[in-house]
Amino acid sequence: MQHWWFPTSASSYGAELDNLFVLILYITGAVFVIVEVGLLVFLVKYRKREGRKAEYIEGNTTAEIVWTTIPAVVCVFLGLFSQPLWSRIKDPARIPADAIPLEVTAKQFEWHFGYPGPDGQQGTADDYGKRNELHVVVNQNYRVRLQAEDVIHSFFIPVFRLKQDAVPGMQIMAWFRPTRTGQFELACAELCGLGHYRMRARVFVHTPEEFAAWQASQIAPTTPAASDTTASSGRTAR
Amino acid sequence: MSHAATHTIEHAEEGLGVYTQKLGMWVFLCSEVMFFTALIGSYIILRWGSAESWPVPAETLNIPVTALNTFILICSSVSMVKAYAAAVHDDQRGLKRWLLTTVLGGATFVGVQAYEYIHLIGKGFLPSSGLFGSTFYTMTGFHGFHVTCGVISMAYCTLRAFRGKYAGGNFHGIETVGLYWHFVDLVWIILFTIVYLF
Amino acid sequence: MTTAGVAAEHLEHALHDDRPFIRKYVFSTDHKIIGIQFLFLSLFFLLVGGVLAMVIRWQLGFPGKAMPLPGAWPSTMAPDGVVLPEFYTALVTMHGTFMVFFAIMPLLVGVFANYLIPLKIGAPDMAFPRLNMWSFWLMIPAGALMVAGFFVEGGAASSGWTGYAPLSANPEYTGATYGQQLWCLSLIVFALSSLLGSVNYITTVVNLRAPGMTWFRLPLSIWALFITAILALLAVPILAGALIMLLFDVVLHTNFFLPAGGGQPLMWQHLFWFFGHPEVYILILPAMGIASDLIANGSRKPIFGYHSMVYAICGIAFLGWVVWGHHMFQSGMNPRLGTTFMVSTMFIAVPSAIKVFNWMGTMWRGNIHFTTPMLNGIAFVAMFTIGGLSGIFMAATPADMYIHDTYYIVAHIHYVLFGGSLFAIFGGIYFWFPKMFGKMMSERLGKIHFALTFVAYNLTFFPMHILGIGGHMRRIYDPSQYEFLRPLQPMNEFISLSAFALFISQLPFIWNFFHSLFWGKKADINPWHDNGLEWTAPSPPPHGNFETTPTVYHGPYEFSRPDMEQDYLPQNQPLPAPQPVAH
Ligand SMILES: [Cu+2]
Ligand SMILES: [Cu+2]
Repeated sequence: MQHWWFPTSASSYGAELDNLFVLILYITGAVFVIVEVGLLVFLVKYRKREGRKAEYIEGNTTAEIVWTTIPAVVCVFLGLFSQPLWSRIKDPARIPADAIPLEVTAKQFEWHFGYPGPDGQQGTADDYGKRNELHVVVNQNYRVRLQAEDVIHSFFIPVFRLKQDAVPGMQIMAWFRPTRTGQFELACAELCGLGHYRMRARVFVHTPEEFAAWQASQIAPTTPAASDTTASSGRTAR
Repeated sequence: MSHAATHTIEHAEEGLGVYTQKLGMWVFLCSEVMFFTALIGSYIILRWGSAESWPVPAETLNIPVTALNTFILICSSVSMVKAYAAAVHDDQRGLKRWLLTTVLGGATFVGVQAYEYIHLIGKGFLPSSGLFGSTFYTMTGFHGFHVTCGVISMAYCTLRAFRGKYAGGNFHGIETVGLYWHFVDLVWIILFTIVYLF
Repeated sequence: MTTAGVAAEHLEHALHDDRPFIRKYVFSTDHKIIGIQFLFLSLFFLLVGGVLAMVIRWQLGFPGKAMPLPGAWPSTMAPDGVVLPEFYTALVTMHGTFMVFFAIMPLLVGVFANYLIPLKIGAPDMAFPRLNMWSFWLMIPAGALMVAGFFVEGGAASSGWTGYAPLSANPEYTGATYGQQLWCLSLIVFALSSLLGSVNYITTVVNLRAPGMTWFRLPLSIWALFITAILALLAVPILAGALIMLLFDVVLHTNFFLPAGGGQPLMWQHLFWFFGHPEVYILILPAMGIASDLIANGSRKPIFGYHSMVYAICGIAFLGWVVWGHHMFQSGMNPRLGTTFMVSTMFIAVPSAIKVFNWMGTMWRGNIHFTTPMLNGIAFVAMFTIGGLSGIFMAATPADMYIHDTYYIVAHIHYVLFGGSLFAIFGGIYFWFPKMFGKMMSERLGKIHFALTFVAYNLTFFPMHILGIGGHMRRIYDPSQYEFLRPLQPMNEFISLSAFALFISQLPFIWNFFHSLFWGKKADINPWHDNGLEWTAPSPPPHGNFETTPTVYHGPYEFSRPDMEQDYLPQNQPLPAPQPVAH
């Protein structure tokens, strides 16, 4: 399901997350309508009139038990409903086994992406890095190891519905599977200093062929992996 | 007691059956507990919540001297109890004697701690010396600050005792300050155990 | 001194008050004067926080455009009227800090706890009037230190009102070396002030209630302020401890929160939110209590389910201690802990729902008088409901993953703190102004102020939900940096214009407040026909409050009793004798 008020959903769990949001919206929307309409009705119906006196009512135990129980039940339901999705997204033990490892390092005010190279392994000779550009293949699982060099940043890809803080001194795992090709944006979502607003990276979701071509250009002998640290590179890729 | 410091009203509704100053002190001490919980809790998280090894305290700190200092502080708590008993029994000589003893005990504690700090800083052990330095100085420093406040208020009580302000079984002020003093003492026993001995 | 002696001495004070001016109005130990001092101080900081918000909104609505009076802005903040990024981060930090610690909290706790507790429980003053005076006078240096941040080298603190370490713990990261230190110092002084206040409020409520004022005859405002005082007593020292460690990290180069030296950045968040969530309730519980009083009075009906209202206050306060992790779902905290915090957080919906439905139950079959205080009380219920419901989205961990750190959060917090707390505060000011100053505020201006504020407020903050769902991050200086945010820019512009309107809507209040202070109609002893003990003392009450200690015969919500002609019955008047049974 796609809703106009959300940006595109482009990850495996994006739609489920939107649906959860909409479910909560329906529940809270119903409560909202009951309360606000009820309030308005009362304000009109029981407005001050001369000669009339308010009824002396101190409470009603049955009514109070009802409106204590219903929210409790609804909230337990929402909790139970949310938990599986949450643990599937965030539990490090449940990251898909075939996920390609990515090393993401945040620092004031840029992102560095470490790619595993054609062998799919981090820490080998064919690794290469890219600044402020995340290139991934559609329908492929990715496992991100997030680190921060200085302060806390937050890895936020709105179209993937993924957000995870990067904390200095910690290595935090996150994963995603893009489901839609195209160019998207990655933002820093945690205040990290005066350049927080421009700590932006671009996300490229490729077809496998496109990605292979791009990767070849990255590891070609004329452009050694470590050379890509200049600021302007982001604009010309693709 | 001057009227501005505490109010009481006639036939007030039954509270907890504790007079106002004492209740105020208890409430204040609840807040103090939370303050030290923040400091000590952080220490526990930093020390035992990470894999890194912690320096052996005895290699940096002088345990025997501090143990003696702890003993002095505990003694001052005992003398505080004696002062309170004297106040209740309207024993003015005893009150003055035991209050003075307590003030001296507290002041000695602060003095020894100051000496310890000077010695440690001279050895190059600073608040910036790793997590051990950070937590050691913050916790013992704030405890020392509390003892200093206690000594000052106790000295004030002593002064008042010499002016006969606690005559006639007027023990409320003494009991209230005593509560604070025992609390500070208790915190030190915890700190000494987890910072020096463990 | 005997208790009778003290009481007699008080009566004497009440009869001929010969304190010099400075003891009476400046270094006063009278809880009423202290409450009024807090009122002026915190309204001033509300204005400061509001002005900062206007600058923020200017930058977000019209990024990079020069503000009005371009030459008047210091070049270190906004050269030629264009806000600098470093100034922007300082603005969001200081706006939050001023509003939370120097406006809303002192308005609720400093003003209403001080003014209302002794009056409503029938006491001559607080338990420790001199400490009470200190509680106010410590707020002056605290506020001055905070304001000073803007004028030191490097500017004011700019690591957010939450001061997340390590951004806050090492001045290299923000450049605000002295600003961050001043921020810590100011809040430590603030914590001391809060401590003295809390000790006073708790002791006073426990020990100084007038005869007959049993626990379950206390007005809900007093219950809420009492529970709030307990929360503040226990939560604020945690903040103080955290601030001290942070300050030491900055000044003494300790390593509490700096990972390079082995410290743990997340520990700051745990400490901050362990304080911070109870703090959220410190900011809303008194508003709930005040709104309860206003709604019962405006509906001319007993509060619906008084006992469950009290239990709900206690329940919210208790739950407040076990939910802090919901601010940290995406922080790298263990996701299983996240689940635990989700469940505990969801349960807050239960007492909150009880309160909302009981307020509605209070209005049901009432005789609702649309006075300005009542209008604000109704708005409190309507807006708090929205703020409470939007909170459920964040409680659900997966939904939070998307909306965390977006404008959705900003919308939520403003629905609770502005729509909730501030409407109750306005209502409370309109309601108790006659008692405080002996003058009535203009109802006409009050209603104009209410209507304008209500509309402009909703136009400002409701669209922020939609921004948040669109993915708009918080605390960003220039949203136009992001392609996906550009389509949302017209909405940002609209919000900014509404925010300016909201600011202007406060002018009738300011005018009304000061005009009524001097030229308002003289207030009767009980202009709202309320039952609280404060309405049995003169307007304004003398030093010592009551000529004789009142005796309390019943609860505070005896409105529209069927066995009485008059539709209210002050707490110091006995219930009518039961009529002989007819049949
Ligand atoms: Cu950032
Ligand atoms: Cu919270």
